[in-house]
Parts: sequence; C-alpha cells; structure tokens
Amino acid sequence: MWESVIKAFLSLLKSMAGSLRDLAPIIVVVVFFQIIIFGQPLPNLGELLIGLLFVTLGLTFFIYGLEMGLFPIGESMAHAFARKGSVAWLIVFAFSLGFGTTIAEPALIAVAAEAASVAANAAVIEKTAEAQLSYATGLRYTVALSVGIAIVLGVIRILKGWPIHLMIIAGYLLVVTMTVFAPKEIIGIAYDSGGVTTSTITVPLVTALGVGLASSIKGRNPMIDGFGLIAFASLLPMIFVMAYGMVI
Amino acid sequence: MIMLVHLYETFLSTLKDVLPIGLILFGFQLFVIRRPIPNLKNVIIGFIYVVIGLTFFLVGLEKALFPLGRLMADQLTNPDFIFGKDASIPDVVNWADYYWVYIFAFAIGFSTTIAEPSLMAVAIKARDVSGGAIGVWGLRIAVALGVAVGISLGTFRIVTGLSMHYFIITGYVFVVLQTFYSPKMIIPLAYDSGGVTTSTVTVPLVAALGLGLAETVPGRNPLLDGFGLIAFASLFPVMSVLAYAQVSEYLAKRQSRIKEASNSDE
Repeated sequence: MWESVIKAFLSLLKSMAGSLRDLAPIIVVVVFFQIIIFGQPLPNLGELLIGLLFVTLGLTFFIYGLEMGLFPIGESMAHAFARKGSVAWLIVFAFSLGFGTTIAEPALIAVAAEAASVAANAAVIEKTAEAQLSYATGLRYTVALSVGIAIVLGVIRILKGWPIHLMIIAGYLLVVTMTVFAPKEIIGIAYDSGGVTTSTITVPLVTALGVGLASSIKGRNPMIDGFGLIAFASLLPMIFVMAYGMVI
Repeated sequence: MIMLVHLYETFLSTLKDVLPIGLILFGFQLFVIRRPIPNLKNVIIGFIYVVIGLTFFLVGLEKALFPLGRLMADQLTNPDFIFGKDASIPDVVNWADYYWVYIFAFAIGFSTTIAEPSLMAVAIKARDVSGGAIGVWGLRIAVALGVAVGISLGTFRIVTGLSMHYFIITGYVFVVLQTFYSPKMIIPLAYDSGGVTTSTVTVPLVAALGLGLAETVPGRNPLLDGFGLIAFASLFPVMSVLAYAQVSEYLAKRQSRIKEASNSDE
C-alpha cells in the first residue's frame, strides 16, 4: 500500500518538475529584466515563491485532468455522435458547445466592456452606463453566436471532408473586405476578439471533439480533418464583430 | 488567510466557468446519446483536477507573475527609462529608442506561450494523432517564436502609430502563400495554433504592455492603439508553424537525398 503511495507521490513530483521547466523561461525573463536592466531587487520574494509553487501545482493538476477527463469525454462523445448518425443533434451539440463556452468567458466580458467605452468615446453610442452595457452585451452575444456557428461550420467541414485552406482563405478575404467598410473604432477590437474567445477549457474539448469525429468517420484523417475547429472559432468572431460595428 | 480566501473565490469562479460546459456535456450525454459515460469516475475526477489545477494556476499567476509583469510594463514604457531622467519627451518619438520594449515583448511573448496550458493540450493531441511525428516541443517552440515576433512587431506598431490592418493583411498574404507550399498534414494544425496561444497567461501580460505603451507614447490613444497586440499574437504563430513544417520537410527530403546518394555510391 505504502509502495503505491510513494509511487504516486514520485510521479507527481516528476510532473511538477516538468511544469517547473515550462515556467522556467518566464522566470528567467522576469529576473533578467528586473535585476539586470532595471537594477532593482525582486519585490515580495516570499509571495513570489508561493505564487510560483501554485502555478506549478496548478499546471500539473490541469494536465492530469486534461488526459483523465476533458480529452476522453470529448472523444467519446464524438464517437457516440458518429455512431448514432444523427447530424442534426451533432450540429445542435456543436453550436451549444461553442456558444455556451464563449458567453461566460471572462476575457470576452472584459474586452466587451472595454469596447463599449471605446464606442462611447467615439460617440458611436450614447455615453451612458445603460447604452454601454447594452452595447457590451450585444457584442458578447455576437461573439458567442459567431463561435457557435464557427464550431458548426467546422464540424460540417469534418463530415464533408472539405479542404480547410479554401474556407480560411475565403474568410481572410471577407475580413479584409470588411476592414475597408467597418468603422475605424471597431477594427482593433474585432481583430482581437478572434484571439480571446478560445479559453483553456474550450480548446482541449473542441480539439478532442474534432479529432474524435475525424477518427470515427470512414475516409477522414484525424490529422488533416480533425484539427481546424479552433481556426474557425478565431476567424468568425472577427467577421461578426465588424458586422456588428457596421450595423450599430 | 487572505490567500485561502483568494483560493476559495478563484475556485468558485473557475467552477462557474466550467459549470455551463459540464451541463452541456452531461445534458447531451444523458438526453441525446443516452448511454453511460465510459469511465465516468475517471472523467469526473479529471474535471475536478482541471478545476483545482486552474484555480491554483490563476491564483499563482495573480500572486506572482501578473504584478511583476505589470510593474515591468510600467517601468519599460516610462519616459524616464526610455529617454533618461530629466530629458524632455520629444513630440515625435524615434521608434528605435524603444528597443528594450521590443526585446521585452519578444521575451515575454515567447516565455508565456511556453507556459500556456491550452497550447500544451493541443500539442499533446497533435503528438498522439501524428504518432509522434509532430513533437510536443517542436510545436510549442514554433508557436512561441511566432507569438514572440508577433508581439514584438505589435509593440513596434503602437510606437510608430502605423495602421494595424496593413500588418494583418500582409500577414494574411504570407499565410496564403505558405499554405500552398506547406505539407498538407500541418495546415489545419497551423491554422489552429493562432487561436490557442492567447489565453490565460499571455493575454493579461500582453494587454498591460500594450496599454502602458499607448498611454505613454506621445500622440497615441490608449483606447484606439492599446488593442491589436492579441491579433498579432494570433496571426504570427500560423506563419511560424507553417515555416516549421516547411523547414522540417526540407531537412527530411535533403536527408533522404543524401542517403540515396550514398546508397547509389555503394
């Protein structure tokens, strides 16, 4: 019994060493700039070390949980949907996953609030708390809607085996065209919104879903067809946010 | 004690983020698929691990890295540091004066991306799916270099005040050209790598840098110029991952050509 406890403990230590190695570059950069460039001591060294321990511990647990929980359930659901053969339900699921994970995303909430104050300053909307809140909420729903549609589009692509590059290039062309017509204030936010939508929990789930689907459908290659869902989820928000800026 | 309260609060908010996802997954599993989840116990333990992991990760970041990162962004963009103490700030700045900012942007972009959990997830999956042909470290370093160049260029854009869309459109042209000359296998993964780079670790640090710059560089408006760094950080990894695949393919081809040549000599 003790042997297995020690074994588990050793494997935990080993993973933590791995996580610490992942964090080493940040530590090097921060220490180098603080001490060599600014010539100042590190503030709150004690708190810094505790924080570092927490980050290491957190990363270790996250990776454990990823391989135990998120990856298996994403793939098993993809297999189950493929076996069931119900495209309609798969699409409803894909949309809910995209929409549901985005609407509550903290990074998006922050960006939307900031975008509202930009719009208010540019006199696109009234400079009242109410107008800003409704603008920010509208923006959040727009982005969540676009991510939902993006995952649906990506899933349909996997089912049909469409080549991804043609779709992405078409998306790029649309982004460039809309950049010309969209109001100047919205462009920066639109371009950024592509990057903030995909959170730490969504990415592994969506990736597992794509790879699981591609590997359970005959004639699909998980490498060529399984990846690419995240790409749609970062491209479509740009288009939708610019459209939102043009309509409002 | 304050730490414990902080941990507890972060745990609750992480749980709140995970809850809708859990509801969607289990809802569809119960009502649509109508089959028991294989290894249900493990999946639930896995979810608990993810929530605990993210909690510690976020609290640790807020305790250790973010304050320091923000402090550095402030120090770096401070005119006293750039132009020397008591020097007057010119109306039109010379972009070259900000060289430490570009170096810091590169370094922090690279190092935060290496620690980005969602990139790890995708790298692990890519390794498993490709049967080890795409190494976890190869992909992570390629993406991290892309983010580093992207953020560095993004800070240059804020300093110079050039229009962002010229950079982005040029980037798109590069991506499209590279797509036609890259191995087919890598293309979807490369496109994906743009979206996975910017989450928990990178965004807050990079946002602080962008905002700090836009506030202190004369003639910039934080509301208009502070945005855009994330867009750069999502575009450049696509290029760097495609380039990584192109280089490895070229090297593999050369290797096999050398082998063939030496075989025919014998």
